[in-house]
Amino acid sequence: MHETMVAESLLATIMEEAAKQNAKPINAKISCGVLNAINDEILCFAFEAITKDTLCEGMKLQIEHKAMQGQCKKCNQSFDIEFSDPRCPKCSSEEFELLPDAPLLLEEIEFSTVLGTPDGGHLTVETD
Amino acid sequence: MRKKISIGKKILSANEEYALENSLFLSERGKLCLNMISSPGSGKTTILSRTISELKNKIRIGVIEGDIQTDLDAEKIRATGAPAIQINTNGACHLSAAQISTALKQLPLDDLDLIFIENVGNLVCPSAFQLGETGKIAVLSVPEGDDKPIKYPAIFAKSKALLINKIDMLQTVGQADFDIERVKLDVRKLNKTVEIFPISAKTGEGMCNWYDWLLRTVKTPNQP
Repeated sequence: MHETMVAESLLATIMEEAAKQNAKPINAKISCGVLNAINDEILCFAFEAITKDTLCEGMKLQIEHKAMQGQCKKCNQSFDIEFSDPRCPKCSSEEFELLPDAPLLLEEIEFSTVLGTPDGGHLTVETD
Repeated sequence: MRKKISIGKKILSANEEYALENSLFLSERGKLCLNMISSPGSGKTTILSRTISELKNKIRIGVIEGDIQTDLDAEKIRATGAPAIQINTNGACHLSAAQISTALKQLPLDDLDLIFIENVGNLVCPSAFQLGETGKIAVLSVPEGDDKPIKYPAIFAKSKALLINKIDMLQTVGQADFDIERVKLDVRKLNKTVEIFPISAKTGEGMCNWYDWLLRTVKTPNQP
Protein backbone atom coordinates (compact mmCIF):
# COMPACT_ATOMS: atom_id res chain seq x y z
CA MET A 1 0.00 0.00 0.00
CA HIS A 2 2.99 2.29 0.46
CA GLU A 3 3.27 2.10 -3.33
CA THR A 4 1.07 5.23 -3.49
CA MET A 5 3.74 7.27 -1.73
CA VAL A 6 6.40 5.69 -3.95
CA ALA A 7 4.33 6.61 -7.02
CA GLU A 8 4.02 10.23 -5.82
CA SER A 9 7.77 10.57 -5.26
CA LEU A 10 8.40 8.96 -8.61
CA LEU A 11 6.07 11.36 -10.39
CA ALA A 12 7.74 14.36 -8.73
CA THR A 13 11.22 13.18 -9.77
CA ILE A 14 10.16 12.44 -13.34
CA MET A 15 8.37 15.82 -13.70
CA GLU A 16 11.49 17.61 -12.49
CA GLU A 17 13.58 15.78 -15.07
CA ALA A 18 10.99 16.34 -17.82
CA ALA A 19 11.13 20.08 -17.18
CA LYS A 20 14.93 20.01 -17.52
CA GLN A 21 14.71 17.98 -20.71
CA ASN A 22 11.69 19.83 -22.05
CA ALA A 23 10.42 16.49 -23.34
CA LYS A 24 7.59 14.07 -22.69
CA PRO A 25 8.52 11.03 -20.60
CA ILE A 26 7.20 7.76 -22.01
CA ASN A 27 8.99 4.99 -20.12
CA ALA A 28 10.81 4.69 -16.81
CA LYS A 29 13.00 1.95 -15.45
CA ILE A 30 13.02 1.35 -11.70
CA SER A 31 14.95 -1.11 -9.59
CA CYS A 32 14.41 -2.19 -6.01
CA GLY A 33 15.56 -4.67 -3.43
CA VAL A 34 13.12 -7.14 -1.90
CA LEU A 35 13.02 -5.29 1.41
CA ASN A 36 11.38 -2.33 -0.34
CA ALA A 37 8.33 -4.60 -0.62
CA ILE A 38 7.16 -3.23 -3.96
CA ASN A 39 4.27 -4.97 -5.67
CA ASP A 40 4.45 -4.24 -9.42
CA GLU A 41 0.74 -4.31 -10.06
CA ILE A 42 -0.06 -1.95 -7.19
CA LEU A 43 2.74 0.48 -8.06
CA CYS A 44 1.68 0.60 -11.74
CA PHE A 45 -1.95 1.09 -10.77
CA ALA A 46 -1.09 3.88 -8.32
CA PHE A 47 1.19 5.55 -10.87
CA GLU A 48 -1.47 5.37 -13.57
CA ALA A 49 -4.03 6.91 -11.23
CA ILE A 50 -1.90 9.86 -10.10
CA THR A 51 -0.43 10.66 -13.53
CA LYS A 52 -3.84 11.17 -15.10
CA ASP A 53 -3.97 14.61 -16.77
CA THR A 54 -0.24 15.17 -16.21
CA LEU A 55 2.65 15.11 -18.67
CA CYS A 56 3.35 11.56 -17.44
CA GLU A 57 -0.05 10.17 -18.39
CA GLY A 58 0.32 6.92 -20.32
CA MET A 59 3.90 6.31 -19.16
CA LYS A 60 5.04 2.71 -18.79
CA LEU A 61 7.00 1.54 -15.76
CA GLN A 62 9.53 -1.26 -15.93
CA ILE A 63 10.37 -2.62 -12.48
CA GLU A 64 13.42 -4.75 -11.81
CA HIS A 65 13.56 -6.67 -8.52
CA LYS A 66 16.96 -7.35 -7.05
CA ALA A 67 17.36 -10.34 -4.76
CA MET A 68 18.83 -9.93 -1.32
CA GLN A 69 22.52 -10.79 -1.45
CA GLY A 70 24.54 -12.77 1.01
CA GLN A 71 28.27 -13.39 1.20
CA CYS A 72 29.41 -16.75 2.52
CA LYS A 73 31.75 -16.54 5.51
CA LYS A 74 33.35 -19.88 4.65
CA CYS A 75 33.98 -19.75 0.90
CA ASN A 76 33.39 -16.03 0.25
CA GLN A 77 30.82 -16.75 -2.48
CA SER A 78 28.22 -13.99 -3.09
CA PHE A 79 24.74 -15.30 -3.73
CA ASP A 80 21.02 -14.50 -3.96
CA ILE A 81 19.27 -15.29 -0.70
CA GLU A 82 16.38 -17.74 -0.76
CA PHE A 83 14.33 -16.73 2.29
CA SER A 84 12.83 -20.16 2.88
CA ASP A 85 16.29 -21.72 3.18
CA PRO A 86 19.08 -19.16 3.30
CA ARG A 87 22.42 -20.88 2.67
CA CYS A 88 25.44 -20.67 0.35
CA PRO A 89 24.69 -22.50 -2.91
CA LYS A 90 28.36 -23.41 -3.31
CA CYS A 91 29.31 -24.88 0.08
CA SER A 92 25.85 -25.08 1.79
CA SER A 93 27.08 -23.04 4.76
CA GLU A 94 24.47 -21.09 6.72
CA GLU A 95 27.14 -18.70 7.97
CA PHE A 96 26.90 -15.64 5.77
CA GLU A 97 26.95 -11.87 5.89
CA LEU A 98 23.70 -10.22 4.81
CA LEU A 99 24.67 -7.54 2.29
CA PRO A 100 22.71 -4.25 2.24
CA ASP A 101 19.45 -4.46 0.33
CA ALA A 102 19.31 -2.63 -3.02
CA PRO A 103 17.62 0.79 -2.68
CA LEU A 104 14.53 1.86 -4.56
CA LEU A 105 16.07 3.61 -7.57
CA LEU A 106 14.82 5.48 -10.59
CA GLU A 107 17.37 4.14 -13.06
CA GLU A 108 16.39 5.62 -16.38
CA ILE A 109 13.73 7.68 -18.13
CA GLU A 110 12.97 7.46 -21.81
CA PHE A 111 11.63 10.63 -23.39
CA SER A 112 9.91 11.39 -26.63
CA THR A 113 11.75 14.47 -27.87
CA VAL A 114 8.85 15.89 -29.86
CA LEU A 115 8.18 18.61 -27.27
CA GLY A 116 11.50 20.37 -27.56
CA THR A 117 15.23 20.28 -28.03
CA PRO A 118 17.11 17.68 -26.04
CA ASP A 119 19.40 19.24 -23.50
CA GLY A 120 21.40 16.48 -21.93
CA GLY A 121 23.61 18.71 -19.79
CA HIS A 122 25.85 16.57 -17.62
CA LEU A 123 23.60 13.54 -18.05
CA THR A 124 24.27 10.63 -20.39
CA VAL A 125 22.08 10.84 -23.44
CA GLU A 126 21.55 7.92 -25.75
CA THR A 127 19.60 8.53 -28.90
CA ASP A 128 17.76 5.67 -30.59
CA MET B 1 12.70 10.65 -31.75
CA ARG B 2 13.36 9.07 -28.39
CA LYS B 3 16.17 9.41 -25.90
CA LYS B 4 17.07 7.59 -22.73
CA ILE B 5 18.51 9.42 -19.76
CA SER B 6 20.10 7.60 -16.87
CA ILE B 7 19.06 9.08 -13.54
CA GLY B 8 20.17 6.80 -10.69
CA LYS B 9 18.21 8.73 -8.07
CA LYS B 10 16.67 7.23 -4.96
CA ILE B 11 12.91 7.49 -5.29
CA LEU B 12 12.34 7.97 -1.57
CA SER B 13 15.19 10.48 -1.20
CA ALA B 14 12.84 13.12 0.24
CA ASN B 15 11.92 10.71 3.06
CA GLU B 16 15.56 9.76 3.55
CA GLU B 17 16.60 13.40 3.92
CA TYR B 18 14.09 13.86 6.75
CA ALA B 19 15.23 10.55 8.26
CA LEU B 20 18.84 11.71 8.29
CA GLU B 21 17.81 15.00 9.90
CA ASN B 22 15.85 13.13 12.60
CA SER B 23 18.75 10.81 13.21
CA LEU B 24 21.17 13.73 13.71
CA PHE B 25 18.63 15.57 15.88
CA LEU B 26 18.35 12.52 18.17
CA SER B 27 22.02 11.59 18.32
CA GLU B 28 23.10 15.19 19.09
CA ARG B 29 20.78 15.06 22.10
CA GLY B 30 21.85 11.54 23.04
CA LYS B 31 18.31 10.15 22.84
CA LEU B 32 17.50 6.55 22.05
CA CYS B 33 14.61 6.19 19.58
CA LEU B 34 13.09 2.79 18.83
CA ASN B 35 10.65 2.19 15.99
CA MET B 36 8.25 -0.62 16.90
CA ILE B 37 6.77 -2.55 13.98
CA SER B 38 4.27 -5.42 13.90
CA SER B 39 0.92 -6.60 12.58
CA PRO B 40 -2.19 -4.96 14.06
CA GLY B 41 -3.20 -6.58 17.33
CA SER B 42 0.18 -8.04 18.29
CA GLY B 43 0.16 -6.03 21.51
CA LYS B 44 2.47 -3.05 20.86
CA THR B 45 0.45 -0.61 22.97
CA THR B 46 0.09 -3.08 25.86
CA ILE B 47 3.85 -3.76 25.77
CA LEU B 48 4.60 -0.04 25.82
CA SER B 49 2.12 0.75 28.61
CA ARG B 50 3.54 -2.00 30.82
CA THR B 51 7.13 -1.07 30.01
CA ILE B 52 6.54 2.60 30.83
CA SER B 53 4.77 1.81 34.11
CA GLU B 54 7.34 -0.71 35.30
CA LEU B 55 10.40 1.36 34.33
CA LYS B 56 8.91 4.63 35.61
CA ASN B 57 11.61 5.09 38.25
CA LYS B 58 14.48 4.13 35.94
CA ILE B 59 13.97 5.75 32.53
CA ARG B 60 11.78 8.49 31.18
CA ILE B 61 9.89 7.36 28.08
CA GLY B 62 7.87 9.30 25.49
CA VAL B 63 5.85 7.80 22.66
CA ILE B 64 4.96 8.78 19.11
CA GLU B 65 1.84 6.86 18.13
CA GLY B 66 0.99 6.13 14.52
CA ASP B 67 -2.48 4.98 13.56
CA ILE B 68 -4.68 5.32 10.53
CA GLN B 69 -7.45 6.85 12.66
CA THR B 70 -8.22 7.84 16.30
CA ASP B 71 -6.03 8.78 19.24
CA LEU B 72 -7.04 5.75 21.33
CA ASP B 73 -3.45 4.50 21.62
CA ALA B 74 -2.03 7.87 22.65
CA GLU B 75 -4.75 8.07 25.32
CA LYS B 76 -3.72 4.65 26.68
CA ILE B 77 -0.08 5.78 26.84
CA ARG B 78 -1.00 9.10 28.52
CA ALA B 79 -2.90 7.12 31.16
CA THR B 80 0.50 5.80 32.31
CA GLY B 81 1.68 9.39 32.81
CA ALA B 82 4.06 9.39 29.82
CA PRO B 83 3.83 12.05 27.08
CA ALA B 84 2.43 10.76 23.78
CA ILE B 85 1.95 12.41 20.39
CA GLN B 86 -0.63 10.85 18.11
CA ILE B 87 -0.13 10.91 14.34
CA ASN B 88 -3.12 9.94 12.19
CA THR B 89 -2.01 8.82 8.77
CA ASN B 90 -5.56 8.99 7.36
CA GLY B 91 -5.24 5.83 5.36
CA ALA B 92 -1.49 5.57 4.82
CA CYS B 93 -0.05 2.25 5.93
CA HIS B 94 3.20 3.57 7.45
CA LEU B 95 4.70 6.59 9.19
CA SER B 96 7.03 8.85 7.24
CA ALA B 97 10.16 10.65 8.44
CA ALA B 98 8.57 14.10 7.95
CA GLN B 99 5.76 13.17 10.37
CA ILE B 100 8.34 12.04 12.94
CA SER B 101 10.28 15.28 12.51
CA THR B 102 7.19 17.29 13.52
CA ALA B 103 6.26 14.93 16.37
CA LEU B 104 9.78 14.96 17.86
CA LYS B 105 9.54 18.74 18.26
CA GLN B 106 6.22 18.39 20.14
CA LEU B 107 7.63 16.01 22.75
CA PRO B 108 9.35 17.37 25.90
CA LEU B 109 12.66 15.84 24.77
CA ASP B 110 14.77 17.35 27.57
CA ASP B 111 12.74 15.32 30.06
CA LEU B 112 13.05 12.02 28.15
CA ASP B 113 15.69 9.29 27.80
CA LEU B 114 13.88 7.09 25.30
CA ILE B 115 11.36 7.72 22.54
CA PHE B 116 9.30 4.85 21.19
CA ILE B 117 7.65 5.16 17.82
CA GLU B 118 4.67 2.84 17.61
CA ASN B 119 4.28 2.43 13.86
CA VAL B 120 1.01 1.73 12.04
CA GLY B 121 0.09 -1.95 12.48
CA ASN B 122 1.48 -3.55 9.32
CA LEU B 123 4.23 -6.10 8.85
CA VAL B 124 5.28 -4.95 5.38
CA CYS B 125 5.23 -1.25 4.52
CA PRO B 126 6.67 0.43 7.64
CA SER B 127 9.93 -1.47 7.27
CA ALA B 128 10.56 0.20 3.88
CA PHE B 129 10.57 3.72 5.41
CA GLN B 130 13.51 4.96 7.45
CA LEU B 131 12.35 7.37 10.14
CA GLY B 132 15.73 8.34 11.55
CA GLU B 133 15.26 5.95 14.47
CA THR B 134 18.18 4.44 16.37
CA GLY B 135 16.82 0.95 15.78
CA LYS B 136 13.77 -1.10 14.90
CA ILE B 137 11.96 -3.47 17.25
CA ALA B 138 9.78 -6.18 15.70
CA VAL B 139 6.87 -7.68 17.60
CA LEU B 140 5.38 -11.04 16.66
CA SER B 141 2.54 -12.47 18.73
CA VAL B 142 1.92 -16.18 19.23
CA PRO B 143 -1.58 -16.32 17.63
CA GLU B 144 -0.14 -14.94 14.34
CA GLY B 145 1.73 -18.21 13.73
CA ASP B 146 5.42 -19.03 13.55
CA ASP B 147 5.73 -18.78 9.75
CA LYS B 148 5.72 -14.96 9.67
CA PRO B 149 9.52 -14.44 9.66
CA ILE B 150 9.95 -16.38 6.42
CA LYS B 151 6.79 -14.96 4.85
CA TYR B 152 7.56 -11.34 5.78
CA PRO B 153 11.36 -11.32 6.14
CA ALA B 154 12.03 -7.57 5.83
CA ILE B 155 11.20 -6.42 9.33
CA PHE B 156 12.81 -9.45 10.96
CA ALA B 157 16.03 -8.97 8.96
CA LYS B 158 16.29 -5.29 9.94
CA SER B 159 15.41 -5.36 13.66
CA LYS B 160 17.70 -4.89 16.65
CA ALA B 161 15.33 -6.88 18.82
CA LEU B 162 12.33 -9.15 18.39
CA LEU B 163 9.64 -9.42 21.04
CA ILE B 164 7.64 -12.65 20.83
CA ASN B 165 4.50 -11.53 22.66
CA LYS B 166 1.50 -13.39 24.14
CA ILE B 167 3.53 -16.42 25.25
CA ASP B 168 0.73 -16.97 27.79
CA MET B 169 -1.24 -18.27 24.78
CA LEU B 170 1.36 -20.84 23.71
CA GLN B 171 -0.59 -23.74 25.13
CA THR B 172 -3.88 -22.66 23.55
CA VAL B 173 -2.31 -22.10 20.13
CA GLY B 174 -0.26 -25.30 20.28
CA GLN B 175 3.30 -26.05 19.24
CA ALA B 176 2.25 -27.10 15.74
CA ASP B 177 1.22 -23.50 14.99
CA PHE B 178 3.76 -21.69 17.10
CA ASP B 179 7.14 -23.17 17.83
CA ILE B 180 9.35 -20.53 19.51
CA GLU B 181 12.52 -22.41 18.57
CA ARG B 182 11.51 -22.38 14.90
CA VAL B 183 10.97 -18.61 15.04
CA LYS B 184 14.36 -18.08 16.66
CA LEU B 185 16.07 -20.26 14.07
CA ASP B 186 14.36 -18.62 11.08
CA VAL B 187 15.00 -15.09 12.32
CA ARG B 188 18.66 -15.75 13.20
CA LYS B 189 19.31 -17.09 9.69
CA LEU B 190 18.56 -13.58 8.40
CA ASN B 191 19.71 -11.56 11.36
CA LYS B 192 22.72 -12.77 13.33
CA THR B 193 22.73 -9.97 15.90
CA VAL B 194 19.02 -9.77 16.79
CA GLU B 195 18.08 -10.05 20.47
CA ILE B 196 14.98 -12.22 20.96
CA PHE B 197 12.72 -11.86 24.00
CA PRO B 198 9.71 -14.16 24.51
CA ILE B 199 7.29 -12.14 26.65
CA SER B 200 3.74 -11.76 27.80
CA ALA B 201 2.82 -8.11 28.26
CA LYS B 202 -0.39 -9.35 29.89
CA THR B 203 1.09 -11.56 32.63
CA GLY B 204 4.53 -9.89 32.75
CA GLU B 205 6.40 -13.12 32.00
CA GLY B 206 9.80 -12.53 30.37
CA MET B 207 9.46 -8.72 30.53
CA CYS B 208 12.49 -8.38 32.85
CA ASN B 209 14.87 -9.55 30.09
CA TRP B 210 13.45 -6.93 27.72
CA TYR B 211 13.81 -4.27 30.44
CA ASP B 212 17.45 -5.24 31.07
CA TRP B 213 18.21 -4.84 27.37
CA LEU B 214 16.41 -1.46 27.25
CA LEU B 215 18.24 -0.17 30.31
CA ARG B 216 21.59 -1.25 28.82
CA THR B 217 20.78 0.20 25.41
CA VAL B 218 19.53 3.54 26.70
CA LYS B 219 22.96 4.19 28.24
CA THR B 220 24.65 4.04 24.84
CA PRO B 221 21.92 5.41 22.54
CA ASN B 222 24.20 5.94 19.58
CA GLN B 223 25.22 2.29 19.33
CA PRO B 224 22.33 0.01 20.31
